[in-house]
Amino acid sequence: MSVDLSPIDADLLKTLTNVHGIPEGAYNIRKDGELLTRHSSANIEIATKTDYPGIDIRIKDGTKGERVYIPVIVSKAGIKDVVYNTFYIGDNCDVDIIAGCGIHNDSHQASEHDGIHTFHIGKNSRVKYIERHYGEGSGTGDRILNPVTTVYQDENSFCEMEMTQIRGVTSTVRDTDAELGAGAKLVLTEKLLTDGDQKATSNMNIRLIGENSNVQIISRSVAQDNSVQIFNPLVAGEAACHGHVQCDAIIMGKAVVKAIPGIEAAHEDAQLVHEAAIGKIAGDQIIKLMTLGLTEEEAEQEILDDFLN
Amino acid sequence: MLELKNIVFDVAVEEGSSKTKRIIDNISLTIPDDKFVVVTGPNGGGKSTLAKLIMGIETPTSGQILFDGTDVTEMSITDRAKLGIGYGFQQPSRFKGMKVKKLLEIAAGKRLPMLACNEYLSKVGLCSANYLTREVDKSLSGGELKRIEIATLLAADPKLAIYDEPEAGIDLWSFDRLTQTFEAVYKQGNGHSIIIISHQERIIELADDIVCLRDGQIEAAGPAEEIIPQLGLSRKENDYCSFTQPPDLHLTTISTTC
Ligand SMILES: Nc1ncnc2c1ncn2[C@@H]1O[C@H](COP(=O)(O)OP(=O)(O)O)[C@@H](O)[C@H]1O
Ligand SMILES: [Mg+2]
Repeated sequence: MSVDLSPIDADLLKTLTNVHGIPEGAYNIRKDGELLTRHSSANIEIATKTDYPGIDIRIKDGTKGERVYIPVIVSKAGIKDVVYNTFYIGDNCDVDIIAGCGIHNDSHQASEHDGIHTFHIGKNSRVKYIERHYGEGSGTGDRILNPVTTVYQDENSFCEMEMTQIRGVTSTVRDTDAELGAGAKLVLTEKLLTDGDQKATSNMNIRLIGENSNVQIISRSVAQDNSVQIFNPLVAGEAACHGHVQCDAIIMGKAVVKAIPGIEAAHEDAQLVHEAAIGKIAGDQIIKLMTLGLTEEEAEQEILDDFLN
Repeated sequence: MLELKNIVFDVAVEEGSSKTKRIIDNISLTIPDDKFVVVTGPNGGGKSTLAKLIMGIETPTSGQILFDGTDVTEMSITDRAKLGIGYGFQQPSRFKGMKVKKLLEIAAGKRLPMLACNEYLSKVGLCSANYLTREVDKSLSGGELKRIEIATLLAADPKLAIYDEPEAGIDLWSFDRLTQTFEAVYKQGNGHSIIIISHQERIIELADDIVCLRDGQIEAAGPAEEIIPQLGLSRKENDYCSFTQPPDLHLTTISTTC
């Protein structure tokens, strides 16, 4: 399908998908609150929801090595877009899902996108979910993203979620919930960068319901200038299970980071661990890179880039 | 050529105090090109501080530092690095999320093919290519980190390389490999010089010149053959044989031929 994209839209899209232009395979691209273009594949069907704005994505049992792209771009100001995307992933699948939202806002009006994503992951399936959030533009208008992600994992499924807020998002409240069945494993990596007066809150509520379910939460964040970040990851173990929560933040300028990792065990064989560390960039790291010829600014940038890689 | 002229370095006795303590006490020293110099002496003698003064990590209270005739006394660390001074830290830093390969590339100032990276690592006794994708973080042991630090300096290949106690935390097989590397790299007469801060007899024996620091002063300095007898090292023949053929080793897991 040929679609005309403005240079701004094309750049936003590339930031989200890492591919030039319209991706291959199954995709649904949403722009300024409307469908821009869509393509289903033999195994992956994308259909408009009948009750709410949004789409249902159905992936057939046994679908392997396929990808779905569902990026959202917002380049018109004054839009508040709420969209419900529900994934029904069959049994024995192995798929990658690439999502995300890029906002370009040159105006004084706010632009907001709230993506409500629900995942039903079938038995023995592997899902890799990559979500990038990004804001840009010269306007004073807020760029707001409030994603809600809910994951239901059936027996022995494996889900890897990598959620990154790259830059330029004025305000975000992220809610991520999951329920894991027996033998299911979830690896959730969240990376956030805030600067200026931005605010970010990330709430997580992961329930380990089945025997031998396992979650690993890795949060890496950088808070610069006057920005504020709050983390509230909670892991509840209701069976013999493993949970590990690790929050790691670099703080700069007058930024504030609060990390309140919580664990709740309601089973004697629930093994839950949390760690949190907040600190500035160590002076000796910068000095080391300077001895290799980097300037102080280059050294700092390098350390941040690697930390968030 | 490096010239230190009457270098003095004082620090406040405690933070905010006007009382000072002298760490480096009027040191003058010249290190010509193509020299292998070992700086030794008791702990707390000022060896690391002297290295940091040369690299620009500390600034002398008084005195002058010249590198190839340029006065670098007030120059930043970055500019000194660009002029060709390098320093391998006694206690290397860790970097969350940075891959070993990336660190080597920053050191070399360019992208490096895998093969080149592996060569630097094998020179410090890290024989597995897996190291390249490891992160320079807590997952590395102290000895691994130390060897990677040395490898970064090999990759940077500065005109003047200062290694601060490279033997610390390094097992004896890797140490063997390391001394060979130092010997090979710095005895090739390409105008580069090396300063190794060390207590290791094996390294001291490689030196052209030796400087012995004590209480911030040069206690002795000169050609190795003059200084070694004064150091009072309890040297016996074949002192290190037992190190190269140890009795119960996991020789399958530690390759010594890389
Ligand atoms: N910035 C500093 N502030 C206070 N004391 C210092 C500082 N740098 C070095 N020192 C002190 O100077 C002495 C020499 O230290 P160092 O150069 O590390 O010795 P060496 O490397 O020979 O063991 C030590 O007593 C150390 O505590
Ligand atoms: Mg020292």
